Amino acid sequence: MIGRDEVLYVAALARLELREDEIEPMAAELSAVVGHIEKMSELDIDGVEPTSHVVAVTGALRADEPRSCLPRDVALSQAPAVADDGFLVPSPQA
Amino acid sequence: MSDAARYEAVIGLEIHVQLSTRTKMFCGCELSFGEEPNTRTCAVCLGLPGALPVANARAIELGLMIGMALGSELAPRSVFHRKNYFYPDLPKGYQISQYDQPLCRGGHLGEIRIHRVHLEEDAAKLIHVGASGRIHGSDASIVDFNRGGTPLAEIVTEPDLRSAEQAGEWLRLLRTTLRQLGVSDVNMEEGSLRCDANISLRPSGSDALGTKTELKNMNSFRFLERGIRAEIDRQREILEAGGEVVQETLHFDPATASLTALRSKEQAQDYRYFPEPDLLPVAIDEAMLAAAREAMVELPAARADRLERELGLSAEAARTLAFNAELGDYYDRALAAAEVDARALANWLSDLVGRLGDERTPAESSVTPAALAELVALVEGGEITTAGGRQVLDVLVREGGEPRAVVAAQGLAAIGSDDELAALVAAAIDANPDAAERIRSGNAKAIGPIVGHVMRESRGRADGAEVARLVNEQLGV
Amino acid sequence: MSDGALIALTAEAAAARIADGSLPAAEYAEAYRARAAADRAAADDGLNCFTWVADSVGDHRAGPLAGVPVAVKDLFCTAGVPSQAGSRLLEGYLPPYTATAVRRLEDAGATSHAKTNQDEFAMGSSTENSAFGPSRNPWDRERVPGGSSGGSAAAVAAGLAPWALGTDTGGSIRQPAALCGIVGLKPTYGSVSRYGMIAFASSLDQAGPLTRNVRDAALMLRHMVGRDECDATSLDYPLEIRLPAREDLAGVRIGVPAELTADGIEAGVLARFSEALALAEGLGATIEQVTLPTAPHGLAAYYVLAPAECSSNLARFDGVRYGHRVEGADLTEMYTRTRHDGFGREVRRRVMLGTYALSSGYYDAFYDRAQRVRTLIAEDFARVFASVDIVATPTTPTVAFRLGEKTADPLAMYLSDYCTVPMSLAGIPAISIPAGLVDGLPAGLQLAAPAFKENELLDAARALELALAFDGSAAYV
Ligand SMILES: [Mg+2]
Ligand SMILES: [Zn+2]
Repeated sequence: MIGRDEVLYVAALARLELREDEIEPMAAELSAVVGHIEKMSELDIDGVEPTSHVVAVTGALRADEPRSCLPRDVALSQAPAVADDGFLVPSPQA
Repeated sequence: MSDAARYEAVIGLEIHVQLSTRTKMFCGCELSFGEEPNTRTCAVCLGLPGALPVANARAIELGLMIGMALGSELAPRSVFHRKNYFYPDLPKGYQISQYDQPLCRGGHLGEIRIHRVHLEEDAAKLIHVGASGRIHGSDASIVDFNRGGTPLAEIVTEPDLRSAEQAGEWLRLLRTTLRQLGVSDVNMEEGSLRCDANISLRPSGSDALGTKTELKNMNSFRFLERGIRAEIDRQREILEAGGEVVQETLHFDPATASLTALRSKEQAQDYRYFPEPDLLPVAIDEAMLAAAREAMVELPAARADRLERELGLSAEAARTLAFNAELGDYYDRALAAAEVDARALANWLSDLVGRLGDERTPAESSVTPAALAELVALVEGGEITTAGGRQVLDVLVREGGEPRAVVAAQGLAAIGSDDELAALVAAAIDANPDAAERIRSGNAKAIGPIVGHVMRESRGRADGAEVARLVNEQLGV
Repeated sequence: MSDGALIALTAEAAAARIADGSLPAAEYAEAYRARAAADRAAADDGLNCFTWVADSVGDHRAGPLAGVPVAVKDLFCTAGVPSQAGSRLLEGYLPPYTATAVRRLEDAGATSHAKTNQDEFAMGSSTENSAFGPSRNPWDRERVPGGSSGGSAAAVAAGLAPWALGTDTGGSIRQPAALCGIVGLKPTYGSVSRYGMIAFASSLDQAGPLTRNVRDAALMLRHMVGRDECDATSLDYPLEIRLPAREDLAGVRIGVPAELTADGIEAGVLARFSEALALAEGLGATIEQVTLPTAPHGLAAYYVLAPAECSSNLARFDGVRYGHRVEGADLTEMYTRTRHDGFGREVRRRVMLGTYALSSGYYDAFYDRAQRVRTLIAEDFARVFASVDIVATPTTPTVAFRLGEKTADPLAMYLSDYCTVPMSLAGIPAISIPAGLVDGLPAGLQLAAPAFKENELLDAARALELALAFDGSAAYV
């Protein structure tokens, strides 16, 4: 079971607001899914390698050659708030 | 027992170095050097929906060169991970970095062991703009993504350093090494070299490790040493008062020389590392290793070793030449220009550096390496005296030119004939009868004024030892 | 030409007639554009397949697909056109670039004048998790079209688009194709570039076609595959995708895994499946029972890996560079409110689940274990493919369910992907073709093949399609 504190900790990590009336349902739903997921523990995985990439090749690299950048007005065009040619945000230190 | 001896500091450094590629770590944007904000961005480095990273081959090559220079073990297969956290300067909500399979492991520089070297992407720049009407009731910042995605090598040492001074000196050696490798501008003030320090104290003689703190934001060598000293002092005071050091991240403010703890909210980190699914593991093949090897140059530690061991220079002279690449190159060129004694050449070069002062380096001066070598050869061959050589050097510094021509023009050739020198000595004895009398009565030290007279008259062209022999001969002692 | 006659044309036939001049491209595209626009204008009285429809048909390039319009799932970025991924957070978002998969189709001459509805960020199996309202199944408007590519599937089934582009992470092409009675193909992982596809779970996401017949699926795929320098995980497709022409299955060995063809599969769906197998035998195939012992754990592994990757992939939606922002008292509150209000309930649930699975102390029990289960599943398939050419299963355990029927029970909804998830985890190609009706609702037959065996897979699917002779015209609006 995933408890209230754990749900709040995870929500803080994920930067998701959880309103008071959302905490218990979220805990219950996560618990149900995690309960299903834990069935994996029935499997013997000793000596099995983890698969991060299902394609068995190594990385395609990029040559160090410049490509064109976005014009600044395009880069900023979708931002919710802009000032001084930059993306405006609440100060992290505030 | 003094305070300083009761505790020993244990210091490890984490150094971030911006790599000198043309483009960013995972996109084709050119690196930014003070361009207008947000003019060096693209879908990838802005973290736009759907954009994907592709690793820069050159950054990996530069990383391998660093590993080779530090004698690290180079991973045959290296994996990028995502380090997840939210911050406005981090466009994707994660930094692509490396975790348990870094590019390089182990190695050492000087006597300090290297723990690992890995590649990652730099964050963007946050500029605090104060209160803003746009954001109700709170301070605002703007984000400039020009720097975001610049390739970084993170170099982590083992906790082998024991003092602020040693840390500063070692970091200078690292800087020189990286600069000579050509992998980075390594400029602390401009942020292309950044250093954090992990510091703990333990009772002298103990092997145990104390609780460590992490010291951030030391953006010059001076601040690095001052910051570490301040933190060592702070921890010592706590321990001496019977307290306990708390594991925390501290920020050094150079203006006030004070240390402030970052708020614990920001310290509670759970980075949720997992292998970056957008990037396949990098296989380091023979071609990549060969390319990196090809690009390697002789590094300071190896050069100092060569100068000391093969040429017989003193350890100090060897380090001076090795840790200043330009001076070392000047020396090597001079040594190649003429058959001269390596130590004598080093002494003459040191003499030249002293004459030039802070204004110019030998390479910038009018004295070419070949000219310096010729000058040393003239002295070694007895064609001019050491004093005469100094006068030639003065002229070379002032006007440049060929030492041999200067010797001829200024009449500085050593006095070769015994008759000429004997006459000069006789004249000097006549001019200093008191000194001559004292020498005759057994006071050998009284010879100074007579030799000095000969040197003055000959303008340094006479050999001092020969003059002394002639004085004694003519006085019959 | 009447709408009915136009809809009866396959995309392949339409392309041929546009090429030989017997069908004006503008007339063909405009007919589909107008039908899409009408569905959009009908709002709740329509199928709600589209999130955007152009005001007029644009130009197209010359090429083998010249003039054939393709409906594009909203998950793909299309330059200057709303690309919202079914999310309130991206409402009105206009990307500066077009996804590679879309661009390649456009380079082949295709046009795109409509974006299709989907579950938010491709998370769902019913298209009910869209910020723009649920899409409806043209076979029964009170039922879901499946998801997440539900808008694409419903549009193709209803004759509102000749074909459509979708994405499949755990079944998001195959499952809605099955529920809407059309063909849906998930290609080998890495064969189609993911660049510009808004990421859900990077190690699983693949773009693919939703079409009204198998040859059209092959035709679209032919123009999508291939390495893209902007996607490091994309690969050179080793050979050309052929248009399948086989009418028999002589010599084809079909494996039927017990694990995916018994428990939890509706009787009606199983009946259509068995009939399809009997037809296959009649065409010359041999049917063998095989086992995929780890496959029943596929969903569990999938519901660790996909949420974990999505929790990281969706971190970029932070209200800074694009999309909606909800202001707060400070930075953290801006983040948490923006993401709470911007994301729907299912997305928040998966972000929470994935964050939990990656958080400190749980990585080994969840993420690492799921990756190892993934390995076992891939090994299961490799073993099975040593003795058979094709694996066949029902595509989904049930036919289309009622709107709202499973929204309150995430686990029940997740079971929709029970038969499709194992192939996604193994990275192998799989196709769903209509197997017939169950009480007036379509059921799908899924065929899977080893990686890069799309040609063999399409051959088998084509032969079976001809034999099954499914008529989907009842769904046309
Ligand atoms: Mg770092
Ligand atoms: Zn960029």
